[in-house]
Amino acid sequence: MEYFLQQLINGLTLGSVYGLIAIGYTMVYGIIGMINFAHGDIFMVGAFVALISFILFALTSISLPIVLLLTLLIAMFFTACYGWTVEKLAYKPLRKSFRLAPLISALGMSIVLQNYVQAAQGARIKTLQPVIQGGFNFFKDSDFVVSLSYLQIFIILVTIVLMTIFTLLITRTALGRAQRACEQDRTMTALMGINVDRTISITFIIGSSLASVAGMMFVMYYGVIDFYIGFLAGIKAFTAAVLGGIGSIPGAMLGGLLIGLIEVFWSGYISIEYKDIAAFTTLVVVLIFYPTGFLGKPDIEKV
Amino acid sequence: MEKNFLQTSIKDSIFTGLIALALFGPIVGLRTVAKNEALVVHPKWLIVTIIVVVCAVGRFLINLYEFRKEQRTGIKSGIGKSIGNFLDTKGAQIALGAIIFSVIFPFLPFTDRYWMDIAIMMLTYIMLGWGLNIVIGLAGLLDLGYVAFYAVGAYSYALFAIHFGWSFWICLPLAGIFAAMFGVLLGFPVLRLRGDYLAIVTLAFGEMIRILLLNWYELTKGPDGLTGIPRPSFFGLPFKRYPDEGVETFHTFFGLEYSPMQRIIFLYYLILVLALITNLFTIKIRRLPIGRAWEALREDEIACKSLGVNPRNTKLTAFAIGAMFGGFAGSFFATRQAFISPESFTFIESAIIVAIVVLGGMGSQTGVVLSTVFLIGLIEVFRDFESYRMIAFGGAMVLIMIFRPRGILATRKPTIILGKKG
Repeated sequence: MEYFLQQLINGLTLGSVYGLIAIGYTMVYGIIGMINFAHGDIFMVGAFVALISFILFALTSISLPIVLLLTLLIAMFFTACYGWTVEKLAYKPLRKSFRLAPLISALGMSIVLQNYVQAAQGARIKTLQPVIQGGFNFFKDSDFVVSLSYLQIFIILVTIVLMTIFTLLITRTALGRAQRACEQDRTMTALMGINVDRTISITFIIGSSLASVAGMMFVMYYGVIDFYIGFLAGIKAFTAAVLGGIGSIPGAMLGGLLIGLIEVFWSGYISIEYKDIAAFTTLVVVLIFYPTGFLGKPDIEKV
Repeated sequence: MEKNFLQTSIKDSIFTGLIALALFGPIVGLRTVAKNEALVVHPKWLIVTIIVVVCAVGRFLINLYEFRKEQRTGIKSGIGKSIGNFLDTKGAQIALGAIIFSVIFPFLPFTDRYWMDIAIMMLTYIMLGWGLNIVIGLAGLLDLGYVAFYAVGAYSYALFAIHFGWSFWICLPLAGIFAAMFGVLLGFPVLRLRGDYLAIVTLAFGEMIRILLLNWYELTKGPDGLTGIPRPSFFGLPFKRYPDEGVETFHTFFGLEYSPMQRIIFLYYLILVLALITNLFTIKIRRLPIGRAWEALREDEIACKSLGVNPRNTKLTAFAIGAMFGGFAGSFFATRQAFISPESFTFIESAIIVAIVVLGGMGSQTGVVLSTVFLIGLIEVFRDFESYRMIAFGGAMVLIMIFRPRGILATRKPTIILGKKG
């Protein structure tokens, strides 16, 4: 029971990270109908920006909450620049092109980003000293002590806050309405006087900044990153987006949590070597039996 | 007008410079270096300044160019199109010329070990490209996990050859059959999915195979890889300088001096023949009912269904046949290297093969050759700059998609057309 509880806590933490990345996939898929293959690498760039920012702030004597907030904002800003540029360079010219062109272009962009970071920052893994230490311990009398670290609380709290803010943004504001309109019919939306290009750019900016938050949490939680983390995290987050129903933002979060839980429980109870296979198998099984995910809209095929 | 243009483009350049600063400032400018078990930041502002200036000036020049182009009358340069036309009309002669060239290639005066190795590598990729072209180009299924079949072929060849000691010519078809079986096994559940979902699922499968190869230590020796894979022999005559007692070798049989190049040249012809078989097979099968069904399915699945084509079985055959050729190429790879490990079968290999097919122009056999020469050549030219070459590679993928979204040879003609009456 205690072991289960511990895995649950770990799973929810990991799931929050996946959920934040998955939102980027789901929003982009919703609005332009493409899998933004480079999104995992945007997440990786976010993790690197956060790492650099933490190292720089460690030299100063600013108090921890302010450091966290500033790093969050810095990572969001710089990573959003990446998302925006990638969209402008690699996807915008292909918007009217045939179906596979943006996917190939995204693949190329992903290769470029990975190797660019490798060239600029070196191929070796980067380690970060723990930023937030300590936590609560439960069941101290039993043989398995369940711990809930402050870091995990921080990750889950930030995820909930960001989720709330962005859900409100999508459902309540004019920007969100424009975005949902673009999802339905881009030509019609343009006729209504909405700048479609700008709306798509903003979608990429939002998706990238959420991915950068996930990257910041990843580097804080694991303390180790390299230029390759984006690939696996990207696939898992995409799985999460599909699981929750692609196009649906609450679905992405739900899917992220589920994938996090599945991965953690699989490594905890079955086999840690094959933990990635768990996520991939989930993806396959979900796509076969639940092609629209849990909260997705059914996909109607038209002639 | 002129002044207005200058103003806006200077503004534009400054904006580009700022974006470039935001992009490259933290990642390039603040390099993290491990020092005494902690990371410290080494600033590299000079490079960032150069990049930012280059971006800003580049943007300005592009603006200038676009502005000039607007003033001139629009002359469209269709290099790709003219190449396409040229290849259409002279296709047969060029193909023949290319085949003759590749047959005499090993005996050309400038051909040395280095060139042979590159040629063998290119031919391997051409073969993989042609194999995948059946899946992507003809059947229209984007398979991002093709390397899985390559790996299955390589490993099954290696295991058969090591454990049973069977010769290359027995193991090769077995490896192909194994890969095809995997193709069916993997294809069966996922082929109902739409294009981009299929892409991700096949990608996941590719990774699953790699993880399996890494962790199934008893069978695959995990990350250590399989060593001592038997080299192929020339119909029973081994390529060895000092053969075992009583065994006739290639050079003694033909009365030649021993030279390690003989084996290389044999390998070269082996892969050339395998690749040409793949190509011939594809050309022939396109004209058979199954090939026509693939192309029809690629163009319109619903129409196919209503005409009584079973999409699942049709796709499955494409998947299996593509996988089979991947398996053949894999066993060639295993026998050439004599050592295989999961390192050789990463996602990047799949990406390279997909890039070859898509950039060449999906469904175009000549396009595969052109883009292999271009992309593998690009990787070779940048060989000394390890990570820059992959940047160049990825960049080339993006650029070709932007400027020629249908590939270098963008002629996607149906193989059969209903002729006009009269």
